[in-house]
This record gives sequence, C-alpha cells and structure tokens, in this order.
Amino acid sequence: MTALIALFWRDLRRAWGSGALWLPVLFFLLVATAFPFAVGPDAPLLRRAGGGMVWVAALLAALLPIDRLVRPDKEAGVLDQLAVRGLADEVIAAVKIAAHAIGFGLPLLIALLPASALLAQDGGRVELLATGIAIAIPALASLAVLSAALTANHKGGSAIGGLLILPLAVPMLIFGAGMLDPSGRGAVKLLAAVSLLLTVIGPFAAGAALRGLRE
Amino acid sequence: MSELLRLDEVACIRGDRLLFENLSLTLNRGEALWLRGPNGAGKSSLIRLAAGLLRPAAGMVERRERVALIDEASALDAELPLRRALDFWARVDTVDGHTVDRAMDEMALAPLAEVPVEMLSTGQRKRAAMVRVIASGAPIWLLDEPANGMDDAAQARLVAAIARNRANGGAVLLASHFALDVPDLAELNMGALV
Repeated sequence: MTALIALFWRDLRRAWGSGALWLPVLFFLLVATAFPFAVGPDAPLLRRAGGGMVWVAALLAALLPIDRLVRPDKEAGVLDQLAVRGLADEVIAAVKIAAHAIGFGLPLLIALLPASALLAQDGGRVELLATGIAIAIPALASLAVLSAALTANHKGGSAIGGLLILPLAVPMLIFGAGMLDPSGRGAVKLLAAVSLLLTVIGPFAAGAALRGLRE
Repeated sequence: MSELLRLDEVACIRGDRLLFENLSLTLNRGEALWLRGPNGAGKSSLIRLAAGLLRPAAGMVERRERVALIDEASALDAELPLRRALDFWARVDTVDGHTVDRAMDEMALAPLAEVPVEMLSTGQRKRAAMVRVIASGAPIWLLDEPANGMDDAAQARLVAAIARNRANGGAVLLASHFALDVPDLAELNMGALV
C-alpha cells in the first residue's frame, strides 16, 4: 500500500510540478474564450451552444496530457522497476488513473467557472455542467491512461491517442450535453453508467497495454 | 546451499530470432554469475527473464526472494535532486532514510545528494542506480552492465557492494561485456549458446 501511495503522490507531483497540467486547462479556457468570437455576441445562442462546447473542450483537453502519462515512465525504466517489485500492471494503471483524475480533473472543474461565464451559462447550467464533468472525469482519466499506455512506444502518440479516445468518449459527450436539455432527465444516470463502465474497464485494459510494452 | 534463483530449460525469442534455448542455471546464496558474450548474445534478455520482465518462450523461471534490477535506465526522476529521487524508491521499498544514507555513502554519492539527476554523469547515474539496489534490501541482484561509465574507484565500490551482498546471503547475476574484479565469479558465455 505504501508503494501505491508513493506512486500516486509522485504522479500528482509530476502533473502539478511540471507545468504540463496547465496546458490542458489553458486550452480549455482558450476554447471557451475563442468560441464567442466565432459565433458572435449573441447571448441566447451562446447559452444554447455553450454547454455542448464546454463538453467538447473538456474532452479535447483530456487528450493533451497523454504524452506525459506513461511514455516518460516507460523510457526512464520506472515501469520495469515497479513490475520487478511485484506490482501488478492493473494496479499501476489504476493508481495512474486516480492521480490523473485528480491532477487534471480538479483544475478543469475550477476552470469550468470562468469558461461557463464566457459562454453565458447561468447558475443552473453551470451546476449541471460541473456535475456532469465531475462524473465524467474518472472515465476521461481512464481513457487517457489507456491511450497513453497503448501509444507509449510511439513518439507523438497523443495524435493516435486522440483517435482512440474520441470514439470511446462520444457516449459521455452525448449524455453529458444531454443533461443540459430540460427533457434529458435520464441523461445523468446514463452518463454515470457509461463513466462507471469505462472507469472499471480502464485499469484492466491499460494494465494489459502496460504489460505489452515490456514484450 | 539454499537456492535463490532458478532457470530451467529456458528459451528466449526476441522478434523472430531465437536468442537461446535449453538454458538452465541456478544461483544459490552467496554466489555470483557473470554473463559474458558479444552484443546481441542475449545477456540483457536473460537478465529481464530472470527479473520476470520477459516471459520465456519455453521453460520456467523461479525466484525465491525479492529482486533488485539495474538496466540501461536509471528509473530516477531527472528533474529531482538525487536524494529526493531515491526517496521515492525508498518509500516504494518501505525502507527508511538511514538505509538510503548508508547506501549513498557506500557508493560515495552523499556529496551529490542535492544535485538534480539530470546533471549527473553516466557513471554517477549508474552509482545512483546501485544505491537503489543496495537500499532495496533485495537479496537477488540482477545487474545489466552496472559498471558502464564508472571510473576505477566507482568500479571498486561496485565490486565491494557485490561482495557485501553475497556475504549477507544474497546472489548476483551480472551481465557485462568486460570483466569486473569480482572474486569467485562463475561465468556463462552467452555467445556460445546458439
């Protein structure tokens, strides 16, 4: 257990200490800033389309850190050293997912507030967006670590990772944006179900991918 | 003699190439075995098989104790001061700071404790990796080219550390393309296997 806690804090330190964390958050805010310029200062239109835009921006922001999640540890021999110590690849993947969910998810939720203001979202919609993204963050982290593990042998793997993660994240996008629709009452349950499924599958799939990196 | 590591009729295939087959070896407490041979003979692959990082194409690998590994990567966070980078592995191995201090003294790295890993030379990084191995307390040492980049004084410290581990009941599997001055060292010429 001590080893897992040490690994968790190391991943979190590397996320927050390297500055790499701020890139996706800045990207998220930049998209939110650029969108009103693209569609014009039409508040009702921004209000209608802005919620979906927040979801798209959050999803794309989740793709940005893929390159630093697994590949540096693979190249530095950290994954081999953990495996030699008998830590299961699935457990390593689960710890990485947890660290990424917190390291990336918390700042994203904080950045959601100014982004929502830029996109003319009112209090009720901000609450729905925050709830939906909070539900989706473990699944997004899971998909990001899985993509990172699958592409760790390829430089510039985040581009391939994006192709992998996007189709799998589409159901979350649909149900997450659906929560904003007054008629979409069941969307939150479906979003939670999809997020739970991806979060549970993630460590096993990413663990298998980590094992494959050694062969 | 109690057995620490056993490889039984092991075969290793990398890509489409058979590196070796029907390879059996046993390491008992206090023993050391030097894997020698030309580049590509399979020394590193054998070390990784013994560490459990590769699955043998045939045969069986049995480890009776914990394993410590040195390979080409130092597994130390480059941006951190050396001591903090080593502290991570101390926490993973659940050993205290004094153990790390003693291991750093053994490899004469205490004066470099606050130097970022990325500023260390190749030989210093190898010594740092040896600190990780020594501090881990694992009896089975799998050392893949541990002396690369080390000067004579550092090699002498490495040899002394190997002797101490053997005296404490450990065993060492050592892959190196040049001979180290380790006493009572058995040899396996990997170049002659296939």
